[in-house]
Amino acid sequence: MDMRRPPRTVSDPKVRQVGFVTPSVAPPTRSLSDAPTTVAAAAAALSASSPPSGEISLPGSSLSPVMIPPPRHASSDGRPSAPVAVPNPASSLRRDSLRIRVGSYNASEVVLGTPPSASPSSRTDYTASEFSEEAMSPWHGRSGTAKVASSFPGSSSEMIVMKTGVVGGGGAGSTPKSPLTTASVVKTLPGISEKEREVLMGTQNDGAGASKTLKEKTTKAERRALQEAQRAAKAAAKEAGAGVKPSAASGSAVAANTKQGKVVKPPPQKKDGPQIAPPSGTSEKKVVDRPPEKDRKKDVPAPRMQFDDKHRVEKAKRRAVVNQFEAKNRVELFRHLPQYIHGTQLPDLEGKFFQLDPMHPSVYKVGLQYLSGKISGGNARCIAMLLAFREAIRDYSTPPEKALVRDLTAKISSFVSFLIECRPLSISMGNAIKFLKNRIAKLPDAMSESEAKSSLQSDIDRFISEKIVIADKVIIRHAVTKIRDGDVLLTYGLSSVVEMILVYAHEVGKQFRVVIVDSRPKLEGQVLLHRLVAKGLNCTYTHINAISYIMHEVTRVFLGAASVLSNGTVYSRVGTACVAMVANAFRVPVLICCEAYKFHERVQLDSICSNELGDPDAISKVSGRKDLNHLDNWADNENLQLLNLSYDATPSDYVSMIITDYGMLPPSSVPVIVREYRRENLWI
Amino acid sequence: MPDLQALVTDFVLKLKRRKIEGSQATAKQTAELLRQVVSQQRMPYTNQASVLIDAVRAVGEQLIAANPIELAVGNIVRRVLHIIREENLSSTTAAMEGLGLTAGSDDDEGEHEDRPGLSAAAVAAAARSTLRAPSLQTLLEDIPESVVAPHPSSSGGDSEGKSKSADRSSRSKKLKHDVIEAINELIQDIDTCHELISEQAVEHIHQNEVILTLGRSRTVKEFLCAAKEKKRSFRVFVAEGAPRYQGHVLAKELVGKGIQTTVITDSAVFAMISRVNMVIVGAHAIMANGGVIAPVGINMVALAAQRHAVPFVVVAGSHKLCPLYPHNPEVLLNEFKCPSDLLDFGEFSDCMDYGSLGGSPLLHVVNPAFDYVQPKLVSLFITDTGGHNPSYMYRLIADYYSADDLVVQRKATS
Repeated sequence: MDMRRPPRTVSDPKVRQVGFVTPSVAPPTRSLSDAPTTVAAAAAALSASSPPSGEISLPGSSLSPVMIPPPRHASSDGRPSAPVAVPNPASSLRRDSLRIRVGSYNASEVVLGTPPSASPSSRTDYTASEFSEEAMSPWHGRSGTAKVASSFPGSSSEMIVMKTGVVGGGGAGSTPKSPLTTASVVKTLPGISEKEREVLMGTQNDGAGASKTLKEKTTKAERRALQEAQRAAKAAAKEAGAGVKPSAASGSAVAANTKQGKVVKPPPQKKDGPQIAPPSGTSEKKVVDRPPEKDRKKDVPAPRMQFDDKHRVEKAKRRAVVNQFEAKNRVELFRHLPQYIHGTQLPDLEGKFFQLDPMHPSVYKVGLQYLSGKISGGNARCIAMLLAFREAIRDYSTPPEKALVRDLTAKISSFVSFLIECRPLSISMGNAIKFLKNRIAKLPDAMSESEAKSSLQSDIDRFISEKIVIADKVIIRHAVTKIRDGDVLLTYGLSSVVEMILVYAHEVGKQFRVVIVDSRPKLEGQVLLHRLVAKGLNCTYTHINAISYIMHEVTRVFLGAASVLSNGTVYSRVGTACVAMVANAFRVPVLICCEAYKFHERVQLDSICSNELGDPDAISKVSGRKDLNHLDNWADNENLQLLNLSYDATPSDYVSMIITDYGMLPPSSVPVIVREYRRENLWI
Repeated sequence: MPDLQALVTDFVLKLKRRKIEGSQATAKQTAELLRQVVSQQRMPYTNQASVLIDAVRAVGEQLIAANPIELAVGNIVRRVLHIIREENLSSTTAAMEGLGLTAGSDDDEGEHEDRPGLSAAAVAAAARSTLRAPSLQTLLEDIPESVVAPHPSSSGGDSEGKSKSADRSSRSKKLKHDVIEAINELIQDIDTCHELISEQAVEHIHQNEVILTLGRSRTVKEFLCAAKEKKRSFRVFVAEGAPRYQGHVLAKELVGKGIQTTVITDSAVFAMISRVNMVIVGAHAIMANGGVIAPVGINMVALAAQRHAVPFVVVAGSHKLCPLYPHNPEVLLNEFKCPSDLLDFGEFSDCMDYGSLGGSPLLHVVNPAFDYVQPKLVSLFITDTGGHNPSYMYRLIADYYSADDLVVQRKATS
């Protein structure tokens, strides 16, 4: 999922630094944040008295306030870091020049100069104008800012600067966005904790007291101020969207003020608050309140690619490696999901094998396997992907003049986007990617390339073994305790973990019968039937339509899941909801077997908003039934559509129990698992 | 009557071999066969009705036994029996009318009714109502009223209006003739039930409605097409209805009529039901309690519809109304189709070997043909007589069937 949230996450990790702006400590955080990090990671790095990231950071005497952020804060944020690593052009070159430049260009100075005595509201206006100047200045004195920006390792920040510049310049003096920004700045003030404020005050005094040439500390703070301002401007622009623009463009700061309500929220601004106007009534309570709100904010625009947005689809198409053709006769309800003519991608991709130089062959292979459907199932896809990445990392060598952390992240991102083109990511894969990127980001800079690579490879191995293989074993142990002699167990489709449970229970000597329910068009159940019968299990096979008939004799239902969402909804292969519903109607307990790494804090109420569309031709053709040719040439008639859904969402009230590697839980406990163990997931 | 016997055997064989598809075709052919039976029956002077009833029963018993799952056969047999009773009764009451109230002691209905001055049609209607609720006497003595009925009519009577002549000589032919007429009407009803049902379509389908159906039912098809012809535009989701995949056929037909159609797999029913305004399905049979025997998979649809509070509408002709109350219908009123619909024998031939090792086979394939939908899951029945609640079905059934005929077999043996 997170892969598809590029724009936000770029700024997200940095936002997180709000809590601990100690100048001395900040640099490492920053360096981390440029790589796709989660704040949790950042916090971790901080608490561990972070390994110095070799760039600008001075691991100076850090004040302890670093630890301020409450654990929830950190963990709640840690989740969807969606790093779109932007290729970072020659940042190392610029880095040299930055220090000098930075010193001379002190944006925060300007800001700080504003009379602190003014009442917040009036000050808003004032600062607004200040800020607009500031925001514009990058545009005018471009060379200077560019350098400043480049001093922040995050290539993304560089982009931000440019953007802000554009915004400021475009506004022709009145600068539509920046007033908004500052307005929010004022509002966010209360969000600072006391301690931070102390620190900030210190910083400010330094800054205001002004010998600019001094101390890394101050300059860093200033630079950050600038950066934050710019980011804030950008965020505000994003937030306000097109609707706000016109009114803001009128240039009146008052207008900006009225907009406050809207603008307040963008998290990035928070940091500006302290810098500009530290003295204002802050309450501790708000500090506590804030983070969740912020997180919520971040969740809202879930920027999964929406394919009904023509504009963006066009853009994506231009980027795409794979040539895909939109399927004809699409179902209106599912326009927002991608659907391509099946089989058009494969030959095209095969032809490109030698042209796609950045793609590692193993990744390429996995992509093709996804495309052709040779690998399916959450665990199998995830493992295949991780192994491919592992191989790619093994063969990776940092190009000259690039940092391993950043370049590798970019590389992984490009792999991921390739895989997405082959088939949309499963949630399990998203979580695994998040983990891997997190590991890369946290690589200590001191580490040599070979060490880093081997550590990453072992991390991947560990993820596979701990989160998937061992987790499955634990689940099996748990599940077997729920099987009694004489039971009739029903399962649907082919779930790897359910299969293992059944086989293990049989080996243990339990006497039971298995009912395998299957459905078109995949008919995965036949594969399971083959395997189980070969192992000597007593099986009954039927189609999902006969579920009401067969449910009479069933005593337990075991189902696999692609993901368990935090409202308890089970996201799984299509038909699972039907099976669970009928089981529920017949008072048969439904047990969902799912590894905890597949849990996701997303929520979903129906199966429409997010889903995956399969090949519609699979519906018109029934294997082994040549006589059924009623739907041949279905695409010729525009009134006829075929819909091949891949997933559906099972409401939590149909689920009696979820068996995970952390134990057996009711669906209502899923958010707890998601919250409590997410940090651990990221840290492994 | 070797000719008739041959016909019956032929039809029984067809039923046994499941050669007749669909309850409508079955119902029609049954009615035609019974018409033959009636017309070939030689009529005695007395007890004509009971002779006819016995003859129809004898044949009906064979037919029902040939395919007990196809409830339409039994329904038609019972309806023909009911027709005979009713015709007989109406002629009897017409005769009684001539008698006035004098002979009331013999015939218990006379006492019940006490309506000498009414027209024959009204009397017939009243008599029908008495048929619905059998009197205690008939229940206890186990004598069909119709058998008793002819006696008081010996005096003959005047023919009034369109009523049957009660003249003894003409009545022998008259009864048979009337019964055959009525059976013809029944056949016509069966033929035209689709039109009557689909006439109501516009009342139930609104503009831009999203309708879900599973498999194929001719009634549903006609229903939807009728709405389309009345210029309603709506969208239909068709679940394909594995393992017969009749949904594909329906989709093709609907698209041919210009209806926006989307084919989905059966497993996607739950995913899609939340965006559906109404579920319209056909039925195999409607039971007296309002439950529905329907093609396999429909119970799942009904449960999903209930979950999302989507109206679940069953369209069916009145020949599918079965006067029986179901007991364990999933098993007793079900039948199993060939497993090769689900599994390719060739692919699983190796599994057969595993199976034989352990003595009992390891692999079972279940392919039931029908589902039972509980009355509480059904929102509405649309029959050729209009829309009805499930709870009203028992009453509707009393209009079509005589209480004496509910169990065909007992009467035949007694």
